[in-house]
Amino acid sequence: MSHRTIDLEVMRYRPEQDDEPWVQTYKVPCEEDWVVLDALIYVKDNLDGSLSYRWSCHMAVCGSCGMMINGEPALSCKTFIRDLPGDVIRVEPLTNFPIERDLVVVMDDFIEKLQRVKPYIIRDESKPISEGEHRQTPAQLKKFKQYTLCINCLCCYAACPQYALIPEFIGPAALTLAHRYNQDSRDQGWEEREDVVATNEGIWDCAFADACSIVCPKHVDPASAIQQMKISSTLSWYKNLIGLGGKKR
Amino acid sequence: MNGRPYVREVRTASWYFGRWRDLHHMLNEISSIFIGGYALILLWGVKSLAAGEQAYLAFLDGLTSPLSLTFHWVALGFTLLNSVSWFGVTPKAMPVQIGDEFLPGHYIAIGHYVAWFCVSLVVLVVSGVFSNG
Repeated sequence: MSHRTIDLEVMRYRPEQDDEPWVQTYKVPCEEDWVVLDALIYVKDNLDGSLSYRWSCHMAVCGSCGMMINGEPALSCKTFIRDLPGDVIRVEPLTNFPIERDLVVVMDDFIEKLQRVKPYIIRDESKPISEGEHRQTPAQLKKFKQYTLCINCLCCYAACPQYALIPEFIGPAALTLAHRYNQDSRDQGWEEREDVVATNEGIWDCAFADACSIVCPKHVDPASAIQQMKISSTLSWYKNLIGLGGKKR
Repeated sequence: MNGRPYVREVRTASWYFGRWRDLHHMLNEISSIFIGGYALILLWGVKSLAAGEQAYLAFLDGLTSPLSLTFHWVALGFTLLNSVSWFGVTPKAMPVQIGDEFLPGHYIAIGHYVAWFCVSLVVLVVSGVFSNG
């Protein structure tokens, strides 16, 4: 039985037909436990099969369904309709990204930046398997675990005013992943990442608006990662200045 | 028909008016103008002091003008806003890990407020605010 009928306003853009995005409204009968993604699935299955959007896990793990919901970047699978005010809900593709089609954005810029920060463990010399695993204490794990929770949903990029104004900015999620590996006791790649991260386009383009952390659906707190890297980078610069350079962390 | 991905324009001059957190961020950024202005006035005062008693008294007289008082009140407001914002985010920039856990953020923020108070007290004592003479 339907709990509530909403007007779901969806930004549409079909590149083969439209010059610019426009808004289409659907009447959607919602159940009490529906999230916004359920309403979109209802539209796709029952009202308009041409609607395009990304989704996969429906449980805030895959990071596919990030979109603007009533003007705020959020995961549509984690945003309950009952928590939204009024009977009109507006969904749009994530801001700050080109629109591929309807609610699908072009992610190429993020993927390219993610690769640049080398988001994987870098070792000076790899250890033979026969020597066993790299062990880590709970305290060492705790130091970076929060930053492993990023699901690349790009909500932080949609919220970031700096990324909106400076497209070259590497941005919150990619920088956070750089920090995640810099903080990992098994990693030795800080110096390799520093050339990309400790630059104007990297951490120094961040003005600490904190919007990335406010909207992050996984509470990763990208702003904290970037500010910590600013401190590390500054200390590293001073150490090099007085000849105490070397392993920087 | 466009035929390719659509790029939305960014409102470069007015983007921060739509949402309180963006406006709050910009107010923090704009505070630098007033704090920079205050620093220039301070330098002007030092220059006047070096120029002699008459110049310094003229400088002090200028500080009492309505324009100067308004500027200083606004600058004070922006300084407090920026200070509170700054201390509020110190736990993010400087987390303290003890063993397996992180120290709760409010301890770090409070520690900074205490340090701010102590440094301010030292400055006031050194500048003679509490001396009877």
